[in-house]
Amino acid sequence: MEWFDPSVISGSLPEFWRGLWMTVQLTVFSLAVGFALAIPLSVARVSRNPWVSRPISAYTYFFRGTPMLVQLLLIYYGVGQSEWMQQQWESGNSFWLLFRDAYFCTMLAFSLNTCAYQLEMFAGAIRNVPHGEVEAAEAMGMTRYTVLRRIVLPSALRRAIPPLSNEVILMLQGSAIASAVTLVDLTGAARNVYSRHYAPFEAFIFAGLLYLAVTFVLVGLFRFAESHWLAHLQPRSASAQKD
Amino acid sequence: MKKMLLLSALLALSAAGVSAKDWTEIRMASEGAYPPFNEIGANGALKGFDIDIGNALCAEMKAKCTWVKQEWDGMIPALMARKFDAIVASMSITEERKAKVDFTNKYYASPVVLIAKNGLPLRPELASLKGKKVAVQRGTVSDNFATKYWDGKGVEVVRYGKQDEAYLDLKSGRVDAIFADYWEAYGGFLTKPEGAGYSVLGEQLYGKNAEERAVIGEGIGIAVRKKDQDLKAQLNKALAAVRANGKYEEIRKKYFTMDIYGN
Repeated sequence: MEWFDPSVISGSLPEFWRGLWMTVQLTVFSLAVGFALAIPLSVARVSRNPWVSRPISAYTYFFRGTPMLVQLLLIYYGVGQSEWMQQQWESGNSFWLLFRDAYFCTMLAFSLNTCAYQLEMFAGAIRNVPHGEVEAAEAMGMTRYTVLRRIVLPSALRRAIPPLSNEVILMLQGSAIASAVTLVDLTGAARNVYSRHYAPFEAFIFAGLLYLAVTFVLVGLFRFAESHWLAHLQPRSASAQKD
Repeated sequence: MKKMLLLSALLALSAAGVSAKDWTEIRMASEGAYPPFNEIGANGALKGFDIDIGNALCAEMKAKCTWVKQEWDGMIPALMARKFDAIVASMSITEERKAKVDFTNKYYASPVVLIAKNGLPLRPELASLKGKKVAVQRGTVSDNFATKYWDGKGVEVVRYGKQDEAYLDLKSGRVDAIFADYWEAYGGFLTKPEGAGYSVLGEQLYGKNAEERAVIGEGIGIAVRKKDQDLKAQLNKALAAVRANGKYEEIRKKYFTMDIYGN
């Protein structure tokens, strides 16, 4: 077959595996960091005090309103161009030196981006916690903090599982832009193979299959999570209705 | 003998093809990020040495030229997908590319060089670059050379989609050196204010042996699809003509003070 040469793929397998590993790292770490930040911020987002909720709303407005690629280029090339930053690098300031590293810049951009989406998701879920649950908890004499910890957050996080699964998959696929700042993720590996062999079909079809495989694994995990934690919100099954 | 006959018949056919197909319209592609050879002018159109040469060849062939802007790493696939007919984008003639496309004779010569801060003790050699980060543009001759001789042997080769991004990261100190085509670095960096304090370190590489020359290439040519032998022949004829009638020198002087054709 002239249009499809499998040796292009088999000859570059180590490069593809390294790229896949980079993609998995970027996706998992940024989602985890985003999640950890999104939970407290989502509580602040629904606060009635505008001094607390407005700045967070401005943050999500920016990060959800601009493409992640633009955010990444701003953080990587934009920050690196400032005179002040270059002076910090030359003086060896170890905090600012982080911004010289492509891996850190990408992680930062991805985490801030997914955090903005996740926190709006959680904030929406918090607003949707049934009022009765909260009132019942208050009637039991729980403090506001205890209500949040025992009733509101567990309920909201459960309800956020289906939209969260979409965000996780979007993030996996969105991570393909990491190759714009020299990181060799799965897409970067495919681009290297493509430019070395001029074989776009082979390189990108194989990368696509790997993305597909990871997506299937993620979808499976979320199915399991939904059946485990969201069972009480499912319509009752036919067998349950019989009796 | 039969093979010879067949070959000469084929040659005769392809020679006949020169007059058979009239190339009155040629779609030429360039990248637009490789000053002074090709770049995007203030009006958004392509301009530069490559474009002037392409237009001079078209004038010589009495053909109408249209220009297409194409990203570098999709250049050869796009040519094969018939998005355009010829690549006039400072593309080095290499064995690897010749497996996919055909090239005209060279229209200029180009060595590859290492660029870093003035006075650093670096040379374009493996021993000198151990432990260093070297930037290349993905899919270029310098990428192929660095990948073959340095990558994985203690040198970290960092690949960029665009040459401009590699300059930014050299300036900001993210990489120690850039390994690139000499003329590209000359026009795009060294002669610009941003390039002050940077220079070519060590020698200009043309390839020390046949193996290296196969990677670095035989100069810069125009790429066409393998089946368009007639176009290749006409471009070669036009190239010889503009070399002879002084048009080539006129364009060259517009951009460079010294000879770039080599011998």
